[in-house]
Amino acid sequence: MLAFILRRLGQAVLVMLAVGLIAFSLFRFVGDPVVFMLGQDATPEARAEITQQLGLDQPFYLQYARFVARAVQGDFGLSLRQVQPVSELLMDRLPATLELSICAALMALVAGIVMGVYTALHRDSWLSQVMLAGSLVGVSLPTFLIGILLILVFAVVLGWLPSFGRGDTVALGFWSTGLLTASGLKALILPSITLGLFQMTLIQRLVRSEMLEVLRTDYIKFARARGLTDRAVHFGHALKNTLVPVITITGLQLGAIIAFAIITETVFQWPGMGLLFIQAVTFADVPVMAAYLCLIALFFVVINLVVDLLYYAVDPRLRIDRGAAAH
Amino acid sequence: MTPAAALLEVKDLRVEFPTRRGTLVAVDGISFAIAPGEVLGVVGESGAGKSLTGMAVIRLLEPPGRIAGGEVRLEGERIDNLPPDQLRRIRGRRIGAIFQDPLTSLNPLYTVGEQIVQTILTHLQVSPQEARERALGLLREVGIPAPESRIDHYPHQFSGGMRQRVVIALALCAEPRLIIADEPTTALDVSIQAQIIQLLKRLAREHGTAVMLITHDMGVIAETADRVAVMYAGRIAEIGPVREVIHAPRHPYTVGLMGSIPKLGAGMGKRHMRLAQIEGAMPRLNAIPPGCSFNPRCPRRMERCMRERPALVTAGTNQTACWLYE
Repeated sequence: MLAFILRRLGQAVLVMLAVGLIAFSLFRFVGDPVVFMLGQDATPEARAEITQQLGLDQPFYLQYARFVARAVQGDFGLSLRQVQPVSELLMDRLPATLELSICAALMALVAGIVMGVYTALHRDSWLSQVMLAGSLVGVSLPTFLIGILLILVFAVVLGWLPSFGRGDTVALGFWSTGLLTASGLKALILPSITLGLFQMTLIQRLVRSEMLEVLRTDYIKFARARGLTDRAVHFGHALKNTLVPVITITGLQLGAIIAFAIITETVFQWPGMGLLFIQAVTFADVPVMAAYLCLIALFFVVINLVVDLLYYAVDPRLRIDRGAAAH
Repeated sequence: MTPAAALLEVKDLRVEFPTRRGTLVAVDGISFAIAPGEVLGVVGESGAGKSLTGMAVIRLLEPPGRIAGGEVRLEGERIDNLPPDQLRRIRGRRIGAIFQDPLTSLNPLYTVGEQIVQTILTHLQVSPQEARERALGLLREVGIPAPESRIDHYPHQFSGGMRQRVVIALALCAEPRLIIADEPTTALDVSIQAQIIQLLKRLAREHGTAVMLITHDMGVIAETADRVAVMYAGRIAEIGPVREVIHAPRHPYTVGLMGSIPKLGAGMGKRHMRLAQIEGAMPRLNAIPPGCSFNPRCPRRMERCMRERPALVTAGTNQTACWLYE
């Protein structure tokens, strides 16, 4: 178990180093930073001086090592446009993105599992047909279109919910939350649905197909033959056996939700990291882009690690060491 | 046997599978009875409808299979038309079941103790502590060594034979009057098979439980059953006391079946005596011939067998569906 975690941590470090290399390359390939700082008509002496100051005359691997050493301490330098430490900018925006993503993921998970189980158990009911048809829409419509349609219906026509922004926020230490105010909660609804809809349909279809598969197994038939109630058979025995693949997909999708919040945040002008990143791209603000890239990679790596550990909690076949499996 | 004494009585049971190209009749009007404490062997080739008969009794047919006619009575009470929830209370409580493959019969995510306790609590009014005590007792009874520690193990930590013992404990845990054992030893090693059969036999005797033992293994039947029903193409060809059916079979199919069992000592001297076999194969469900379904393979076929379907008639101690005994 400990060896497994250590091995996984080692792999995680390798992944982060590789992503760091890509992020670092951005600095070299998205224009010449010296030109950025001094302009086109600087003297060769000034250029040479600033090049030396920035350490750009050193070999590539030394520059990379220095980048990594500083990145580990959370130092990605100054934003070229806002002249503020990148880490501060990201930390300001992080709560907005995480609250949106987690809210969307929870919605997707709960609604997806409920609908998946329902459509598997009542295959021929009209409600299942409606849900399956609805899930097709969720899978095929692009996120931004869903967002715009939701804004049109609920903000413009009905006027029930705000069309942009995060509402009022409350600061809890460094964390600014929108979950404690009425306007913050109202502002969260439409973006969460927009962001979570695709994942919800994905989970719904996954749970449905896994559930149908499990319901055909011998141990479900045997559970019925023992006279267990439908409730115990469906939720105790069948649903639990569908959870391993669901956890995998949900875990991977949580990373995707955080990363693809960019589109939703743009549509709803949500003040999160995604919006910051889009603005950074527009202005070729390389430090922000590089830091964002590393942070998203970190999320993916951590989530994957958590997913691997969750397997152990759900499936006893992985938990027990080989020695006890005799007989 | 009078119907009142029967524990399970099946009359004209018919199981159908509706398909796009017409309805397939997999079990075609079979009738039999099991007395309390009796072991009835049901034997036949694959596809003869023996498992479907067992599943139809506890109404666990896989859709689209369905009971299309007939009656199933348990202790005189009709159970084939009960609402699902009442039938559920009968399953496990009054009729237990054991399936073929012990490796897949147990839920991998729960310990064997959890599965037994859950079943006990579903059917009996006992506290969780009592249920666990009972579970321990059952595991001991089915011969699992060190049940105190094994009760908290997961199915994958048991071998195939041990798992089948757990499955038997699960089938017995609410003291049912009847157990339907569907090929309980087929998936096991030969050396384990005998142990499981002995266990099943002993427990059935000690608990006074009747057993419907479905198998294609005549050896298992000979050793275990009191009576045996031979099935062919969804019908009963012959039914009677196990000694009679084995030593004095009436129906030509049963005769062929017994002749195809290798016997030690038989044919000594003749080195290359071939094992007798029945020519041809059992008809497919969509091509069952008119009249007696065995007629294309029957060595004693008569003209009448091609036209009219024989009913079960008494022939000595046995009942057989054959025009020879009319």
